[in-house]
Amino acid sequence: MSMPAYYTAKDKIWHYAFRVICYSIFFFLLAPILIMIPLSFNAQPFFTFTREMLTLNPEGYSLRWYQDFFGSESWMRSIRNSFIIGIAATIVSTTLGTLAALGLSRSEMPAKGLIMGILISPMIVPLIISAAGMFFFFSSINIAQTYLGVVLAHAALGTPFVVITVTATLVGFDQSLTRAAANLGASPTRTFFKITMPLILPGVISGALFAFITSFDEIVVVLFVAGVEQRTIPREMWSGIREDISPTILAVATILVLISVALLSVVELLRRRGERLRGLTPQ
Amino acid sequence: MAMADATDEIGTETDKRGRLVTSDGTPLRRALERANRRRKISAFLLVSPLLAFILIFFAFPIAQMMWRSVDNPQIVNALPRTLDALQDWDGTGLPDERVYAALHADMMEDLDRERRDQKIGPLGIRLNYELSAARSAISRTARSVPDFEAPYRDAFTDAHRLWGQPELWRVIQREGRPLTLSYYVAALDREYDEFGNIVKRDENRQIYVSLFGRTLALSLAITLMTFILGFPIAYFLSTLPMRYANLLMIAVLLPFWTSLLVRTSAWIVLLQQQGVINNALVGMGFINDDGRFSLIYNQTGTIIAMTHILLPFMVLPLYSVMRTVPPSYMRAAKSLGATPWTAFRRVYFPQTLPGIGAGGVLVFIISIGYYITPALVGGQSGRMISNEIARHIQQSLNWGLAAALGSMLLVGVLVLYWLYNRLVGTDSLKFG
Repeated sequence: MSMPAYYTAKDKIWHYAFRVICYSIFFFLLAPILIMIPLSFNAQPFFTFTREMLTLNPEGYSLRWYQDFFGSESWMRSIRNSFIIGIAATIVSTTLGTLAALGLSRSEMPAKGLIMGILISPMIVPLIISAAGMFFFFSSINIAQTYLGVVLAHAALGTPFVVITVTATLVGFDQSLTRAAANLGASPTRTFFKITMPLILPGVISGALFAFITSFDEIVVVLFVAGVEQRTIPREMWSGIREDISPTILAVATILVLISVALLSVVELLRRRGERLRGLTPQ
Repeated sequence: MAMADATDEIGTETDKRGRLVTSDGTPLRRALERANRRRKISAFLLVSPLLAFILIFFAFPIAQMMWRSVDNPQIVNALPRTLDALQDWDGTGLPDERVYAALHADMMEDLDRERRDQKIGPLGIRLNYELSAARSAISRTARSVPDFEAPYRDAFTDAHRLWGQPELWRVIQREGRPLTLSYYVAALDREYDEFGNIVKRDENRQIYVSLFGRTLALSLAITLMTFILGFPIAYFLSTLPMRYANLLMIAVLLPFWTSLLVRTSAWIVLLQQQGVINNALVGMGFINDDGRFSLIYNQTGTIIAMTHILLPFMVLPLYSVMRTVPPSYMRAAKSLGATPWTAFRRVYFPQTLPGIGAGGVLVFIISIGYYITPALVGGQSGRMISNEIARHIQQSLNWGLAAALGSMLLVGVLVLYWLYNRLVGTDSLKFG
């Protein structure tokens, strides 16, 4: 956005002032996250920059908090748990969510509004209420404090994201393709795997990533439903913050930021590919 | 379109009377109806696994939890004879000997039950919600009940003074039915007086109404902050060419994708007394060592951290609306003589209202139910209603009250969500 030639001095000042304001807000968004990265290399058990760090003295930096993290039995177990639970929940919610989205995007679907409302309710209901409900129910059927319980809970929380993302992908889907396949003698299953699936795959993958990150980042339900055995990374961070806050948290946070950057890039690439395929952005 | 599909599949001929029929002779109308029904069923079959899953593992547990807010089996189960005898009692003075005898019989029966089926324990807990000290009255009496002899009234009043007070009997009479409103009465900071009227609690025991109020006020403050910070950057992003906008969008999306716990701990690191901000201010000499700001473990901490966490939810809907506002409108307004401020206020701003509504309701809905961040950085003054619900479930174990508070919160959120839906429609919910 270059400045038009007719701008008066006042306009120019406003133009620059506005940019300064905007960049400070971007700074507010990014700085808290980025500042943890250098702090996680602190040689001292403080949450602030030491004199050595500020003078870039190598002695001020160390990897001790990373060693702490990788050497700790409970942190390693929590990483394992997060991935096991996240992947299992993603498989359940992606399968069920994709099927449901296929049904919902058919014009013959009865009671569409009501059903859609029920299906996306896990996203609307405050987590504390979902967690409390599941806590009582899962205890009564003896799956509280088991992997099965946490996976089912996270699958329920992740499905709205799959349903919404896949339904959005199906809006632009040309139904005559499946009819053509059926006309040429393909069975419905074959049509699904050969025709529909490849076309909606980007939507399914980004839905799955949303479901995964929902589970990976989820803590409230874990606090209520999981036992010590099923503690995930956020749960371990929660204890870390509440009980003995040490810079190990910052090392974990840095690793998690890197994971989110990776996930964000995948979603962004998929989105751009999707837009390009539909001819929305001229590249 | 459905009609055309069905016809393609069936293929038509004409029968003797000139009606359209399919090749096997069924009238076309019936064949079409059948095909349509089959399509409906197959669409529903695709949805049904998820629908069943959500109903069983999500909707049912929540309904069951809400049921706890009115469910009241403890007294009815433990004292059937007593309640029967208490029916004619008018609520003044003490009940007569018949009632005490029935109470004795009820408690004796309970002693014969298996330990895990005993009903006196839950009874004591239940009565204690209404009348503190009731629990100890019950448990102390239950131990000595086998030695009681008639007249039972004296035996009971000797065992615990509360049996000699009409107050306890009024509670038993009032709450001796399968359903109760008392958890909602408590959740609204009310209680029953001696005549059974609902009155306000003492000032110093009023907690929940002001907590709801604080939750709403904090959520409003957070919504307002996200609007103040989100509007300029959404506007800025919408004026940039796509390529730069996508690049800067990363600044919005990275926090969105970063773990909630990471962002919360980042604010703890920054804001605490020995944290980065206070240290920097001391180091630069703006404040001295004793004058460090308390920026965290209070409302300030909750507002700052939650504004940061929820800002993307404001920016994304605003941005998608602003992208659709043609820039030529502003230019037209200016060329017609409007000052930039008037052009903004009268032409641009009204067109962004759907985005403001969407983002605002979204941020507000999320923040009134927020639990983690207030619990970690809110201290005492930054606590919200969710924290109180969690406390009653995990620590005080008053599940009925937790359910009543939760149901009120849930109804509030659903009403807001309905409003949101009216404003923008669910279809506009997108991520990333």
